[in-house]
Amino acid sequence: MSFNHQQSAHCESGVMSSLLTHAGLPMSEPMAFGLSSALAFAYLPLVKLSGMPLIAYRMPPKHIIKTLSKRLGVRLHTATFSSPKQGQEALDRALDQGRLVGLQSSVFWLPYFPPEMRFHFNAHNLLAYGREGDEYLLSDPVFEEPVRCSAEALQKARFAKGALAAKGLLYWLDDVPAEQDWHALVRRSILSTARILDGMPLPWIGIRGIDHLANKINRLDLNAKKYNRLYLTHIVRMQEEIGTGGAGFRFMYASFLQEAGVLLADEQLQAAAQELTHIGDQWRQFALLCVKQSRGKDAGLGMQPIAQALQVIAQQERALFKELVLWAKQRK
Amino acid sequence: MKLDDVPQDADTSSYAGHSKLLYAIDQQGQYQGAQSTGWDAESYATQQALAELELLEQQALQSWHSGQSSPLPCLMYRYRMDELALAQTTGLWRWRVRRHFKSQVFARLSPSLLARYADAFDLPVEQLIAYQQGALHEL
Repeated sequence: MSFNHQQSAHCESGVMSSLLTHAGLPMSEPMAFGLSSALAFAYLPLVKLSGMPLIAYRMPPKHIIKTLSKRLGVRLHTATFSSPKQGQEALDRALDQGRLVGLQSSVFWLPYFPPEMRFHFNAHNLLAYGREGDEYLLSDPVFEEPVRCSAEALQKARFAKGALAAKGLLYWLDDVPAEQDWHALVRRSILSTARILDGMPLPWIGIRGIDHLANKINRLDLNAKKYNRLYLTHIVRMQEEIGTGGAGFRFMYASFLQEAGVLLADEQLQAAAQELTHIGDQWRQFALLCVKQSRGKDAGLGMQPIAQALQVIAQQERALFKELVLWAKQRK
Repeated sequence: MKLDDVPQDADTSSYAGHSKLLYAIDQQGQYQGAQSTGWDAESYATQQALAELELLEQQALQSWHSGQSSPLPCLMYRYRMDELALAQTTGLWRWRVRRHFKSQVFARLSPSLLARYADAFDLPVEQLIAYQQGALHEL
């Protein structure tokens, strides 16, 4: 199979970008991310990761694959397996038929991940494009080059148990329509993102969630130095470490707005992209403040400047998405 | 973020020689993908999490070797899990996992329960049986 590997910032948008491009509908990663309305913010105190709340800057796993397929009118074929053996046979069959296959897997059991980057996250996405002897030829979107993985290790990773277990999930796209109503797609996806970020009556989701996190930071007990350090660096990891393209997906979404602005020849979208870049820069500054405080360099200043930086970000994101909703409503 | 500001802190990087893709703007404000070899702030955050796991593993190792607990907590941290993750991976209730952390309870665990833990850590079950019989090191 002739297949061009392309490095992406995030696994799920990267896999969809590659699958669509391979099927004859060229699509950049930011477009796949934006058109599936994947940008979000959520502070989930009940979902714990090593004792810390889950902080997400995007929609939950599988959102991009499902939403984008639906919006583009693509037929998404998916299968999970109760037996690992069946899962491997199905993958082999699909590869023998010349398909490019998306796989969900654990990060921890993929041997080509360096030890520093291995954590138990079961909703990683990658592509299989061939087989050679006992090895699979994989395109892992977050890596620079294609990789290889032994059948045994890939089985372990596809069938790892625990939260978000993949159960060997594999998927491919059928019937990808080359003709698309880009204007309607962009408009609809922006409205949907605006609703997620600023239309949910829950204090943990969207911009309210950002304010909520700011309050949490403000109320940290300054004497609990170790907890604060782990808490603040946990936020930074959620925002930057796990493949977000920088600033918790804000730069990627800005890139989407820019590309959509060019596609529709719309200056307002381009201006919105510029504004979101500016907001993204502040998210990066916020991460720096968290780390400085953790390192004890700003210890005297307390938590207030960090919380304040976050409140400013929340205000600006709210204003930006209000404008984008107006934009969408004017262009029915 | 401008292309020139894409961090290239390879010295302190947590990417093990790899590069990560970020999105940044060029002189004209046009977005493009840009590779980064590492960012100080981010690798500091990663290091904190790893160091904490290592500390917990060392503490668990000591309490195992001094007979205060079973080897399971030590293995749990070594394989970067917490109680919740271990319970989910083995498919056991959390209170049962916690009970298996006691050395007396661990000493009586059935081979089929040990196999569940072996699978979670991807270790041969013989290894866990050896620990059960008092071995303190890898086979």
